[in-house]
Amino acid sequence: MMTGETFLSVAVQAAMGMLLVGMVMVLFRLAKGPGAADRVIAMDLLSVLVVAFLVVLSIHTRKTSYMDVAIAYACIAFLGTIALVRFIHRASVQKQLRQKQKTPARPLPDHSGEKNHD
Amino acid sequence: MTIFIEFIVSFFLVLGAFFALAGSIGSYRLPDFFSRLHGPTKSTTLGVGSMAVASAIYFSFQSGRISLHEVLITLFLFITAPISAHFLAKAALHQRLHQKKEGTEKIS
Repeated sequence: MMTGETFLSVAVQAAMGMLLVGMVMVLFRLAKGPGAADRVIAMDLLSVLVVAFLVVLSIHTRKTSYMDVAIAYACIAFLGTIALVRFIHRASVQKQLRQKQKTPARPLPDHSGEKNHD
Repeated sequence: MTIFIEFIVSFFLVLGAFFALAGSIGSYRLPDFFSRLHGPTKSTTLGVGSMAVASAIYFSFQSGRISLHEVLITLFLFITAPISAHFLAKAALHQRLHQKKEGTEKIS
């Protein structure tokens, strides 16, 4: 005999299981991904899956406070993704500039008084 | 709470979980970087949106008043996912052009 309540709990558990399988897939991609950009995509996708899991968890425990956790987590994950992408982009731009100038890898600029700006 | 609402909430939950799972499998299986960027991002965003709809229906009928947290989550994700995907595509495009000029193979 299946009432609505048990139907909803079965659906919640099925959704949680599917989300966990998806997280495992994304973690495989995160470990395997050939480039840095693939790993950034995997981390972005993982954060979206965690937000979805928090939404399902709020239905499961019937507390709306998990929604606030999900909003805060989405904000922080977006900022982290943007920071990583800026890092990759800036590294690529500097590598291209270095290759264009046909100079070897410049050491890190030390601001110890001497002028080595080119 | 009627059983009809439970069915609707369960339908949206399983639909969203299905889309999220499809996006994750696509992220694992797709061969190219740009297809991995294109497909799973949109599919997973749709999955989260569907789950947020399910949660909004559930809490609206449970507490008797309209709950707007889920709408906020959906709005935020629908705004930020294209932004991050655009930045990622720009960075990867720059990297790939650079590497193709360098003579090595693709980054995917």
